[in-house]
Amino acid sequence: MNGLLLLPLIPLLPFAGFVLNGVLGSKLPKPLVTAIGLLAPLGSFAIVVRLAYLVWSKALVLPWVEPNAPAWISIGILHVDFGSVIDPLSLTMLLIVTGVGFVIHVYSVGYMHSDKGYWRFFAYMNLFLFFMTLLVQAGNILLMFVGWEGVGLASYLLIGFWYQKTTAADAGKKAFIVNRIGDFGFLIGIFLLLGNFGTLSFSEIAAKLAANPGWTGGILTTICICLLIGATGKSAQLPLYIWLPDAMEGPTPVSALIHAATMVTAGVYMIARTHFLFDRSPLAMLIVACVGAATAIFAATIGLVQTDIKRVLAYSTVSQLGYMFLGCGVAAYSAAIFHLMTHAFFKALLFLAAGSVIHGLGGEQDLRRMGGLRKHMPVTFWTMTAAVLAIAGFFPFAGFFSKDAILYAAFLSGTNGKIFWAVGLFTALLTSFYMFRLWYLAFLGKPRSPEVHAHESGWMMLGPLVILGILSICGGWIGAGRMGSWLAPSVGSHTVEAASNTLEIALSVIAVAVAALGWLLAHMLYREGSHRAEQLATSFSAPYKLLLNKYWVDELYGKVIVKPLMAISRFVLEWVVEYAILGGLAWLLSGSAVFGGAVLQRWQSGNLRSYAAWLAAGAAALLVFALVPYFLSTHGINVKWAGW
Amino acid sequence: MIPISWYLLLSAALFCLGVVGFLIKRNIITVFMSIELMLNGVNLSFVTFAHMWHKVNGQIFVFFVMVVAAAEAAVGLAIIIAIFRARGTLAVDRIDLMKL
Repeated sequence: MNGLLLLPLIPLLPFAGFVLNGVLGSKLPKPLVTAIGLLAPLGSFAIVVRLAYLVWSKALVLPWVEPNAPAWISIGILHVDFGSVIDPLSLTMLLIVTGVGFVIHVYSVGYMHSDKGYWRFFAYMNLFLFFMTLLVQAGNILLMFVGWEGVGLASYLLIGFWYQKTTAADAGKKAFIVNRIGDFGFLIGIFLLLGNFGTLSFSEIAAKLAANPGWTGGILTTICICLLIGATGKSAQLPLYIWLPDAMEGPTPVSALIHAATMVTAGVYMIARTHFLFDRSPLAMLIVACVGAATAIFAATIGLVQTDIKRVLAYSTVSQLGYMFLGCGVAAYSAAIFHLMTHAFFKALLFLAAGSVIHGLGGEQDLRRMGGLRKHMPVTFWTMTAAVLAIAGFFPFAGFFSKDAILYAAFLSGTNGKIFWAVGLFTALLTSFYMFRLWYLAFLGKPRSPEVHAHESGWMMLGPLVILGILSICGGWIGAGRMGSWLAPSVGSHTVEAASNTLEIALSVIAVAVAALGWLLAHMLYREGSHRAEQLATSFSAPYKLLLNKYWVDELYGKVIVKPLMAISRFVLEWVVEYAILGGLAWLLSGSAVFGGAVLQRWQSGNLRSYAAWLAAGAAALLVFALVPYFLSTHGINVKWAGW
Repeated sequence: MIPISWYLLLSAALFCLGVVGFLIKRNIITVFMSIELMLNGVNLSFVTFAHMWHKVNGQIFVFFVMVVAAAEAAVGLAIIIAIFRARGTLAVDRIDLMKL
């Protein structure tokens, strides 16, 4: 079956696209670059769809672990191979990554058409898909880590795509460095796994855990927390979320693909993938849930007042990722993955629609200068509306089902469940409010800057919007009620089934009511002619400033971590490395040569008789050396020179 | 019969004379003669030991030394003449540079 599944081709096709476009792209004609850039992800998507079809028609039984995978590393106890694992979890994720990825590639053709780095863009995008699919289908955690680092690299390259812009270059660096902090935790986790399990394969670790049902907590908690640190870095959770809003410096399709739909969800995927570890550590689960809930509400509050359309969406992404972590933390992995999927649809759509708006306004990103775009950009408006309704959680849009599943699971989970549910619900209110705020400010009312002439984007961009719009409306129906049983072979069945249907319906009604309340508030504050928003901002100026400046977290990190670190690094570089080590070493070498030369040159006098005298002295010394033991032995003392 | 040690002492005395002469004399011809003296001091001890062990090896070595000494004298004297022609002196202390 291996030859027919074409699993290695899923990552390798985009990789080939990357190599072709990356090496030859600047010389190839633009249509060819486009063809390569689009066919690679399309090919991967086709393979994944075929896999899904095989599973659906029961020709392929999941989970399917690649037999006889080629070995990668084999040293001592460490055996790592290139094996892939296809199970409901990775198949779902592959469908999202390649499907949404392909749609966004199509959109990019329109969005990037006049950019000088067109070929470079597609090369990087394909590189990203290569690493992302590698990450998803890896059968062991080390191969996953390769993909994990690789998507970080692709993310860095794409955030800093317009590298001539200092802010973009800095944002790329920031993303990379913050991610590295998380990756450090991940790496420690991998080492601990290897040390405690002697293997890095997911299935073998799971099997070893299954063989020891009593093994909980202890080192497992440590491992989980290390993995969680990695996840918080990649998925932009507290306290490492700070890179994601800055990552909006990248082109908008990048924000949609990498910083909304796929890469940032890698942390959620990783926790779901290693759920067997987290299940054994209630403490780690509680921390995951707390991190998720805290991030959700924290980022949502910042999102309330941001004026850059992409930054609102960025904080919204952080907040929604918090939901997914909350879902993982209450062991509702299937709900988290479900939300991951619907979020991929509607958030990618939100970004692409925002990109369409920015494109149509000639680069304008400030919400305060938009308005009245509904008439000029009807397709963008209607698709955006679908996405806003989906993220706010209105029935029957996609976000409703997944968000509801997470809130329901949170409500039923243990003693802290009600708190998590309340936090989640309040976040839902905030989410609904800031999304409708964006919707009102950008599309309704009158244009606030008359000099900008909006125009609707071309169909190359609108097509993807429509596709994702349909998915944002219908995407939830696919998984509603089915996601749990579909993912159960991968993540186990954790949902508490004891609760009644009435409770679930009641919670859903409350959630929709809260979303409607958010819309109502946004309508009161931001509808045409309302000045209540400005009044509120002036009457609550302190909290408003706090939110507008994002709680001064960047400044705090700058003062507490970056500045001392820079000072220490500079000290070490300038004084220890430059001055003491390099300078000292050079001084020592040159000084000893000069000094030694000054001493030794006295022998080289050129005077024949002095040479002869040294020769004679040497001969005399040898003679003494040979005779001393003899004389001593005549006095009864036995001496032996070392080596004689 | 004269004891072996007397021959050896004479040999050592000759050798030391040669060394001292080599070290203290300035004239390059005298230095050259001192070298010959050292060689002959060594030759004497070769002969002595050959006599002592009743073996001819030592005496054969002496012939070798003599051959080498003769060759050395030929080459050495030629060099000395060349040096004298080039520098107009035979004092070793003043010949301390390779170049003129």
